[in-house]
Amino acid sequence: MPSKLIEKTMRVNRLPHIWCPGCGHGILMRDVAQAIENCGLDPDKVVIVSGIGCSSRAAGYMNYNTLHTTHGRAIAFATGVKLANPELNVIVITGDGDATAIGGNHLIHACRRNIDLTVIVFNNNIYGMTGGQYSPTTPHGEKGTTAPYGNIDYNFDIPQLAQAAGATFTGRCTAYHAQQAIKLIEAGIKHHGFSLIEGLSVCPTYYGRKNKKGDSVKMLSWQKDNAVDVKAAAKMTPEQLEGKILIGELSRVDNKEEYTDMYMKIIEKVGGDK
Amino acid sequence: MENNKKLVINPKWCKGCGICAEFCPKDVLKIVHNKVQIVNDEACIKCGLCELRCPDYAIYIEKEGE
Repeated sequence: MPSKLIEKTMRVNRLPHIWCPGCGHGILMRDVAQAIENCGLDPDKVVIVSGIGCSSRAAGYMNYNTLHTTHGRAIAFATGVKLANPELNVIVITGDGDATAIGGNHLIHACRRNIDLTVIVFNNNIYGMTGGQYSPTTPHGEKGTTAPYGNIDYNFDIPQLAQAAGATFTGRCTAYHAQQAIKLIEAGIKHHGFSLIEGLSVCPTYYGRKNKKGDSVKMLSWQKDNAVDVKAAAKMTPEQLEGKILIGELSRVDNKEEYTDMYMKIIEKVGGDK
Repeated sequence: MENNKKLVINPKWCKGCGICAEFCPKDVLKIVHNKVQIVNDEACIKCGLCELRCPDYAIYIEKEGE
């Protein structure tokens, strides 16, 4: 018997999931489910859209209206769903490769439009499903199967990228800090506009093994020691923040009009007699 | 400690990653033969951190009467 939350929010007959032992994605998927529950949303009005990759398997497990789409196109599909039926709560679960490599253009244009989607990027710093190729978030110098001598690319900072592109809510959470992650995702869902939340996951199978980071316990311990809440960080010196990652709500704009609202106004204005 | 709460394990879903055992504040859990076991139930404060961090939903706090 699973817990009440899992029984209510997951397709229990599909569990246990296919993710590796110690994969952070399971923790983050639970955080998303708990956040949806905490928001008190009607499950019939929740749509989970995902692309391709380890992260995107989440759409198969979550017991809502779900769409498992093509690689990188989750946000494009989600935009269509939201425009067709703006009363739906559309949540995108995507990965670092899915969202910022093949889907990079969809991401920045959805940010620019400020359409009311909540995008949660499960960032494991690598392409896990296809065998550990480096992704746009593999840190500079780290290894992947396609970067055996170290990655010479510089990595994206996903919340900064989204903020610069026009997202009106950005944040970062980790698999280790589950309670904070739930609160952040809740805030992202409640925000009326484009919300981007980077969920730092752990991939012990590829990223961890390639870079000698240890097992998932060691990788989560790293998150515990190196993630600093943005409010605490405000009181710290640049030296103290060296090598740390900021978590929490990173940016927010409340006075920018939302895309479907503006679209509905146009329909109202030029649509003629009903 | 709340007596109406119980720590429950679903061994079928446990993949033995050890996250729950490592981060349990009271050392209640141990991985034995690749599955989690409760080795010190008395010490459990039912904080639920294991449930929050289990990637496989194999451990959770059950409230009686639910």
